[in-house]
Amino acid sequence: MFKWLDPYAKPETLYRICGLWFPWLMTAAVATLLLGTVWGLAFTPADYQQGDSYRIIHIHVPSAIWSMGAYSSMAIAALIALVWQVKAAQWAVGAIAPIGAVFTVIALFTGAAWGKPMWGTWWVWDARLTSELILLFLYLGVIALSGAFADRQTGAKASALLAIVGVVNLPIIHFSVEWWNTLHQGATITKFAKPSIDASMLWPLLISILAFGLWLAALTCLRLKTAILQNEQHRPWVRQLAASAVKGE
Amino acid sequence: MVMFKAAFVREWRLLARQKADWLNPLMFFLIVLTLFPLGIGAKPNLLAEIAPGIIWIAALLSVLLGAERLFKDDFRQGVLEQLVAAEQPLLAYVLAKIVSSWCSTALPLLLMSPLIALLLGLDSAAWLAVLLTLLLGTPLLNLLAALGAALTLSADKGGILLALLILPLYIPLLIFASAAVDQASLGLDYSGQLAVLSAMLCLALALVPLAVLKALKLNVG
Repeated sequence: MFKWLDPYAKPETLYRICGLWFPWLMTAAVATLLLGTVWGLAFTPADYQQGDSYRIIHIHVPSAIWSMGAYSSMAIAALIALVWQVKAAQWAVGAIAPIGAVFTVIALFTGAAWGKPMWGTWWVWDARLTSELILLFLYLGVIALSGAFADRQTGAKASALLAIVGVVNLPIIHFSVEWWNTLHQGATITKFAKPSIDASMLWPLLISILAFGLWLAALTCLRLKTAILQNEQHRPWVRQLAASAVKGE
Repeated sequence: MVMFKAAFVREWRLLARQKADWLNPLMFFLIVLTLFPLGIGAKPNLLAEIAPGIIWIAALLSVLLGAERLFKDDFRQGVLEQLVAAEQPLLAYVLAKIVSSWCSTALPLLLMSPLIALLLGLDSAAWLAVLLTLLLGTPLLNLLAALGAALTLSADKGGILLALLILPLYIPLLIFASAAVDQASLGLDYSGQLAVLSAMLCLALALVPLAVLKALKLNVG
C-alpha cells in the first residue's frame, strides 16, 4: 500500500493534487452549504417546543462534529509525520489546526447563543461544554507550539507530538453526554437506531454536515498548498512555478 | 537500571546543591494558599467549601513553576546531547528525572497536607481525601509537566508556552480530584473518583515517558 501511496507524499505531486481538488471541493462545499443552511433555516418546520431557535443546530452540530473530525485527521497526519517521517503530513498538521480551532469556536459560540434563550444561560460548566473548550485550548496549544521554535522543522514535529497526546480528549468529548448527567442533550443522529429527529429536519442537517466536511477538506487543500510553497521555496520546481506565474501576468 | 540509578543519584546531588530549585515552588504553593483566604474572605465555612479547588490549583501551579528547569540545564550544558550521542538508555534518564522531580516537588506537599488542612479548616475526612488525591494525582502532574518541558525545550519563549500546553491537560485531573475531596467533606463515598484518578495515572505512566523521550530527541535533533 505504501508503494502506491508514497508518490503522493512528494510535495510537488501533492501540490498539484491539492490544486486540482480545491476548486471541486470548494464548489461542492459552497453548494451544499447554501442548500443545507437555506433549507434548514428557512424551509424546515419549526420545533413544537423550541420554535425557530432550534434551527441553529444546522450550524452548531456540523461545526461541532467537524471540530472533532478535524482534530482526528490532524492527529492521524501527526502520527504519519512522526512514524514514517513524511514531511507533507507535518505540514498538514499545521494546515488543519487553525481550521479546527475556528470550527470549535463556531460550535461554542452557536451553542452559547442557543443556550441563552433555551437554558437561560450563555454557559454552564457541564462535561460536554468543558471538554469542547479544552479541545479549543489544545488547538491553540498546537498552533502556539508550532510557531515557537527558531527551527521550523522542530516546531512542526513538536506540535505533531502534542496533537497526538491531545487525542485522549476526543473520546471524553464524544462520550461526555453518556458518562455524566449533562445539561447538553445526548446524541440525536449518531446512534444506530432510528434517529430521534424528524426526516424533514434530518435531511438538511445531514447536508450541512456533509457541507462542513467538504469545506474542511477544501480549506485544508488550500492551506496545505500554501504550506508546501512556503516550506519548499528554495526548490527548483517552486522557483519555476513562481517564474511562470510572473511571466503569465 | 544502572543508568536509572546513576541519573537518580546525580539528580539528588543537584537538588541538594541547588536548594532554591525545589524550595521556591514550595514557598510559592504556601503563598498562593494564603492569598485565597485573604482575597475571598476568611469565613470558615466558605473556606472549607472551596479548599479542594484551592489546594489543587496551588499544587498544579507550583509543579508547573518547577517544570521549566527540569531539562533546561542538561540541555544547555550539553548533557542531553551527550546522552543521546552515547546511546545510553534515555528512557531510564527520563524516568529518573520524573521520579526525582516528584520527590522534590510533590512529596513535600503531601507532608505539608495536615498543615494545609488546618489552615483551610478541613476536617480529618476531607484531609484524608486531599492526601489520597494528591498521592494519585501529583505523579500525573509531574509526568505531564515533564512532557511540556521536553516539548518546549528549545522553544524561544518556553516558560509561558509550557503553561499554555499543559494546563488544559490538567483540567480532567483537577475535576476528579476536587470532586473526590468535595464528596469526602460531605461524608460521601469517593472511591469512584479515586478509581478514575488511578486509571489516568496508569495510562499516563505507561505512555507519557515515551512521549517525553520522543520530544527530547526532537529538540536535541
